[in-house]
Amino acid sequence: MKLIAAMSGGVDSAVAAARAVEAGHDVIGVHLALAANPQKYRSGARGCCTIEDSHDARRAADVIGIPFYIWDMAEEFHDGVVEDFLAEYAAGRTPNPCLRCNEKIKFAAVLDRARAMGFDGVVTGHYARTQIGENGKTLHRAVDHSKDQSYVLSVLTIEQIEGAIFPLGDTTKVDIRVEAERRGLAVAQKPDSHDICFVPSGDNAGWLRDRLGSEVGPIVDQDGNKIGEHKGAYTYTIGQRKGLGLTVPTSDGSPRFVLKIEPVTNTVVVGAKEDLAITTMRGERPVWCGPAVTDQRQEGFVQIRAHGAALACTYYFDGTVLVATLEEPLLGLATGQAMVIYDGDRVVGSATICETE
Amino acid sequence: MSPAAFLAMTDQLRELGNPSSLHTHGRATRKRLEDAREVIAKAVNCLASEVIFTASGTEANNIALKGLFWSGKSKGKNVVVISAIEHHAILDPAQWLHTHEGAEVITVPVTNDGVVNVEFLEELVAQRGSEIAVISIMHSNNETGVLQPLQEVVAIAGNIPVHTDAVQSFMKTPLSYNELGVTALTLSAHKIGGPLGIGALILRRAYEIPALLHGGGQEREIRSGTLNAPSIVAFAASADTSYDANLVSQLRDSFIAGVKELIPDAYINGEKSVRLPGIVNVTFPGTQSDTLLLLLDEAQVSASTGSACSAGVHEASHVLLSMGHTEETAQSSLRFSFGATSSLADVDFVLSVLPDVISRGRAAHR
Repeated sequence: MKLIAAMSGGVDSAVAAARAVEAGHDVIGVHLALAANPQKYRSGARGCCTIEDSHDARRAADVIGIPFYIWDMAEEFHDGVVEDFLAEYAAGRTPNPCLRCNEKIKFAAVLDRARAMGFDGVVTGHYARTQIGENGKTLHRAVDHSKDQSYVLSVLTIEQIEGAIFPLGDTTKVDIRVEAERRGLAVAQKPDSHDICFVPSGDNAGWLRDRLGSEVGPIVDQDGNKIGEHKGAYTYTIGQRKGLGLTVPTSDGSPRFVLKIEPVTNTVVVGAKEDLAITTMRGERPVWCGPAVTDQRQEGFVQIRAHGAALACTYYFDGTVLVATLEEPLLGLATGQAMVIYDGDRVVGSATICETE
Repeated sequence: MSPAAFLAMTDQLRELGNPSSLHTHGRATRKRLEDAREVIAKAVNCLASEVIFTASGTEANNIALKGLFWSGKSKGKNVVVISAIEHHAILDPAQWLHTHEGAEVITVPVTNDGVVNVEFLEELVAQRGSEIAVISIMHSNNETGVLQPLQEVVAIAGNIPVHTDAVQSFMKTPLSYNELGVTALTLSAHKIGGPLGIGALILRRAYEIPALLHGGGQEREIRSGTLNAPSIVAFAASADTSYDANLVSQLRDSFIAGVKELIPDAYINGEKSVRLPGIVNVTFPGTQSDTLLLLLDEAQVSASTGSACSAGVHEASHVLLSMGHTEETAQSSLRFSFGATSSLADVDFVLSVLPDVISRGRAAHR
């Protein structure tokens, strides 16, 4: 196949590209420039998209022996990922930008461009697997569960999965570093990127405050009594306990947690720990990574964080929203996050959580 | 590298001797180096003593622009005049002079055909001539190949020192330092089949300007650093090679005719202007040049986009923008270069792959 390898400048995508070449594919390396004003150097293990990263990607491509180009996706990234991130926070939800990037950039803008140019698919260094079975190509968890990235890939449609190649899904991260060393790739020991790549400081709350402003508003209990003030509702997360600065204690001295964020009235609602418990979640804009979910209740697992646990549940699709009911109650679930349904290690699909109870 | 330059360079690499040493080996190297200086002087029609070797065209531009500015500044002149289509090796030092030395930089616009607006310059000199430390206008543009009216620029400038970046013109079109009457002129070896990393500043004899690099004072105290004899003799060997401008012009013209036939909405930038034989800048509406570059590269055709930022991201060419392009059309443009070793078969090959490349490039940006 003729493939585009998306090379971030990190160890994973470098080994993925090398493996695709070794598998006999005709591979071209592409680094996606996602920031309009890239930083010169990485500081520690934070983010990507620096000039140093594009050099690292180029060097890896040269060592592997494949052509290398840089694609400017800064505008698409800003519109599809950064703006979405801000809008979601402004609406009181907690978005996952990596998921959005896979959905709108890597397996949309890049894959579409690649296909139009005559390529068959896109290779990435994600830890996930695909399998070909009766129902076509399906998406599965990586062998290395601690690195599994199937959660952030759960927004891919069947057509996108068709064009996705994940050469690392059968290997642990430790072994990938060893392999990178053996292949003479200088990025073998480069630290993993964490956090949100477009917030280089790592200070998400500060970054949001700079862009959304910091309008002071009330913190209220469930009865609507004002018991404190917050410095911008979107810097709080459902389930958060620390940093609330409340001066009115509860009658029994028990701690309070953020239950709800109401962006329209700029209000943060707090309450007792047990009030955080939810058993049902509903998700909008579902995407199926295989056969569509029906209105027949199925047993499976739901995951609500990138590296969270898979929670036993039953699920169905009522024609509008994806509904999952947990076996055990869960404490603190923010809307805006993705609920990803698994059937064993197969990704069934995902939706954006819009309601919990 | 041209075979002659390659031979000259490898021969010299075998020799011992710093050209500034006084012993036999040093003197032998110095002899060949001075022979080379004379060859280059003859090729550009200047005196051998006017040739200052540098490590690049960029360095020569920096010495000229900053040095002439500082000379002028000591006489109370604070204005630097450049054109909108200069190479970054002039734009960036000019910006540096503004930021760090408080220079006022005035940019002369160009017409939609890519030629410096002479009327603008004339008026500028008439009004503020006494404040201008240096005027730097390139001899021909590296992206469009459009030749600039240097003779008129020099006439307008009068006593104001004029520098010209002639990197793109040298050996491709008649270039005479003497006849132009400029104060300083920049050359670079790799554009004429010489090695990378060697250039020259032609600076009027006995004209003193402050140095950028201080040290041994090898080149008229204006440029220090051990002279790179192998590269210099190779530079001279490449300047001694003939360039068949007629042949290259014919290749260019048949390429243009082919492009127009195959891609009817494509257009040539600066087409109405007098241009260098070997450069064609084409806009292919509805495409993005970095995609075209990739697809052409895959088909074994090497073309160029304007320039890339430090992260390697292709940027809309400032040259095309100043010629009235929008960001979008500037980003849809590619430069094709033809050289002394190009052939009609090369042109035909490029034309044979072009329609498919353009249609895939358009599909990728629908």
